[in-house]
Amino acid sequence: MYRIRFHGRGGQGMKTAGRMLGSAFFLEGFEVQDAPRYGAERRGAPIFSYVRASRRNIQERGIIRRPDLIVVADDTLAAIPAAGVLSGATAHSVLLISSNRPAETWRERLNFPGPVLTLPAPAEGDFQATKFTGAACVGAAARLTGVISRNSLTQAVRTELAHLGEAVLAKNLDAALQAYDLMAEHAGCVTEATESPAEEYEKPAWIDLPFDEARVAAPAIFAPATSEQVPTGLWRTVRPVIDYEHCKRCAWICSSLCPDGVISLSEEGFPVIDYEHCKGCLICMSSCPSHAIRAVPEEEAAGEMSGGGR
Amino acid sequence: MTRTLLTGNGAAAWGVRLAGVDYVPAFPITPQTEIIETISLWIDAGEMDCRMVTLESEHSMLTAAGAAAAAGVRVFTATSSQGLLYAMEMLYTVAGWRAPFVLVNVSRGLSAPITLEPDHNDILAARDSGFLQIHAATCQEVLDSVIMAYRLAEDRRVRLPVIVNLDGFYLSFTREPVTLPEAAAVKRFVGPFNPENLRFRASQPVSQAVAVLGGSPYSYFRYEMHLAALNGLRVFDEISDEFARDFGRRYDAVEAYRADDAEFVFVMIGSFATKAVDAVDRLRDAGRRLGLVRPRLLRPFPEARLRELLLGKKGAAVIDQNISMGKGGVLFAELASALYGQKDAPTLTSFIGGLGGRDISLEEFYEMAAVTRQAAQTGQAPPPRLLYTEDELREMRKLQAVAQAERHRLGGNTA
Ligand code: SF4
Ligand code: SF4
Repeated sequence: MYRIRFHGRGGQGMKTAGRMLGSAFFLEGFEVQDAPRYGAERRGAPIFSYVRASRRNIQERGIIRRPDLIVVADDTLAAIPAAGVLSGATAHSVLLISSNRPAETWRERLNFPGPVLTLPAPAEGDFQATKFTGAACVGAAARLTGVISRNSLTQAVRTELAHLGEAVLAKNLDAALQAYDLMAEHAGCVTEATESPAEEYEKPAWIDLPFDEARVAAPAIFAPATSEQVPTGLWRTVRPVIDYEHCKRCAWICSSLCPDGVISLSEEGFPVIDYEHCKGCLICMSSCPSHAIRAVPEEEAAGEMSGGGR
Repeated sequence: MTRTLLTGNGAAAWGVRLAGVDYVPAFPITPQTEIIETISLWIDAGEMDCRMVTLESEHSMLTAAGAAAAAGVRVFTATSSQGLLYAMEMLYTVAGWRAPFVLVNVSRGLSAPITLEPDHNDILAARDSGFLQIHAATCQEVLDSVIMAYRLAEDRRVRLPVIVNLDGFYLSFTREPVTLPEAAAVKRFVGPFNPENLRFRASQPVSQAVAVLGGSPYSYFRYEMHLAALNGLRVFDEISDEFARDFGRRYDAVEAYRADDAEFVFVMIGSFATKAVDAVDRLRDAGRRLGLVRPRLLRPFPEARLRELLLGKKGAAVIDQNISMGKGGVLFAELASALYGQKDAPTLTSFIGGLGGRDISLEEFYEMAAVTRQAAQTGQAPPPRLLYTEDELREMRKLQAVAQAERHRLGGNTA
């Protein structure tokens, strides 16, 4: 069975990457399982997806423990232990990292036990090109397995991205095929691991959970205002923007109705939104009697202004 | 017939679409929302002739589902975890109305602490509600179970609502190859909904909110539900025969994998059971005679079939992905009661694992088999075991230390 893990950040299309590779395997006649894994946090948070592919029925489930291939779409993740990029890597595992640093550097820095390959990453700050990193990773991964044809890759990308329209699809396809061709000399370097037989298993170190008193064992957080440390503003897809020309400084409607309590009042009595924590529910917009709040898609907003509040 | 990659949620939606559902009351909750989103896109695109209404809570959603079923239309709804609990009052109520419809629950652990990942405490909280329960282990089984569930719910010998349960993440967000049956064949298989005397109509009032005092009529109504649920065993067998004939896939009330000549078996429900299939194959390769027994139907509980499968075995490791505080695993207790006093009953061992989506490794399956073998040899079953390792506790202690330090640093309550 092939076991492949994609690591990236929320918003980088790791789920779709897993799906594209899953579809490509499926088109080659493999049994397939693909799935994303994420928590409550969204854009920017480390997420991963995984793909299993086998000529036989797949019974294994859940997170891949011993990956044959680890694909890292964002090299800043390699330094974050919590992202779990290296988890379960063995001498058999191949690491493919989207980065402009040489593979040698990563091999040393991460002390990776298996072969390390890099895929040229877009220049820093080139957000347009970053959008196609997922597709490029899929193209490269497909080639590294040596069992996916250019044709199947093309069809898989087409199937999974059809909803994005022809123009975006074409760019993704380009990125995928370019990476596919780039990896020609490494084709087939990712192989299915041999399965270890049941006789030789390592006994799990089970323990009897001790009793702890409720003051320890209840899941409470006693430190104040810890939620401030979580930038929930990253979850937002649309941003409420206050038009101060029209704001009547009624001084309580938006600020008291915001379910996240992120609208404070300035000394002059103007509402100020804390964009680090505003989730973009737009309740403020729909409740403002003077229609002084408008919604701007986050991508646009991030480009045109650098936030009103903090 | 197309074979395509679908998530468990996608498969559930396809089951609903193929079953010809008329009405879907909805309320969003992770990890179920994709089911409702998928159906709403189909309705919007004119690909599904169905009415969807979003309600203000799961409690209202279940009420709407029951009321619509009582008006004689085919109804589907879906929820998960806290949503199922919030609807609990109406779960019991609509089952009492004998209103047949299908509810998909996407299992997710319960609060507190809150989590997104699966275990079965949510669905087991509905165990005694009068809903029948089918537990799926693969995406294909999700689709097929939804279709079969309509037949089961609407059968006149049953006429009770049915829950199809699938595990969050492990099925809900996981794509697997799924065969989509032909729409016409499913239509033939499910047939039209014959609501018999169920008909809320304008100017023809019917009251479902009946009160009875004195225990005797109450006992009658409640025990009739029990009898109807028990009928579900025979009806399910018939439906699964017919399904196998029409679609070539067989779903017995209890899945028995390499169990016939097994000396020891794993007993569990839900998608983690496919991990057990894997473990069984590998243990067989190593010369151990292991098998898997997986109840698909949890209500009604297929007791007779479980006895047939288990009596004569040396041991059974019961793996519960749930915990009843102060008692232990629910499935273990149910199985023990089914086997109590029976000749040649196997030695039972009890394991609690997979709470809140905690993985169960192959090595743990091997070890559970070893512990059960040992128990059968000595005739002495060990106390129930939580699948939890030294490393996990060490990690927990580290987190607690960090929390403690934070508390001091931020000046929180240090008592
Ligand atoms: S969009 Fe929602 S969270 Fe953000 S400021 Fe307005 S009300 Fe508050
Ligand atoms: S509700 Fe509207 S008018 Fe009132 S303070 Fe907020 S933005 Fe200004």
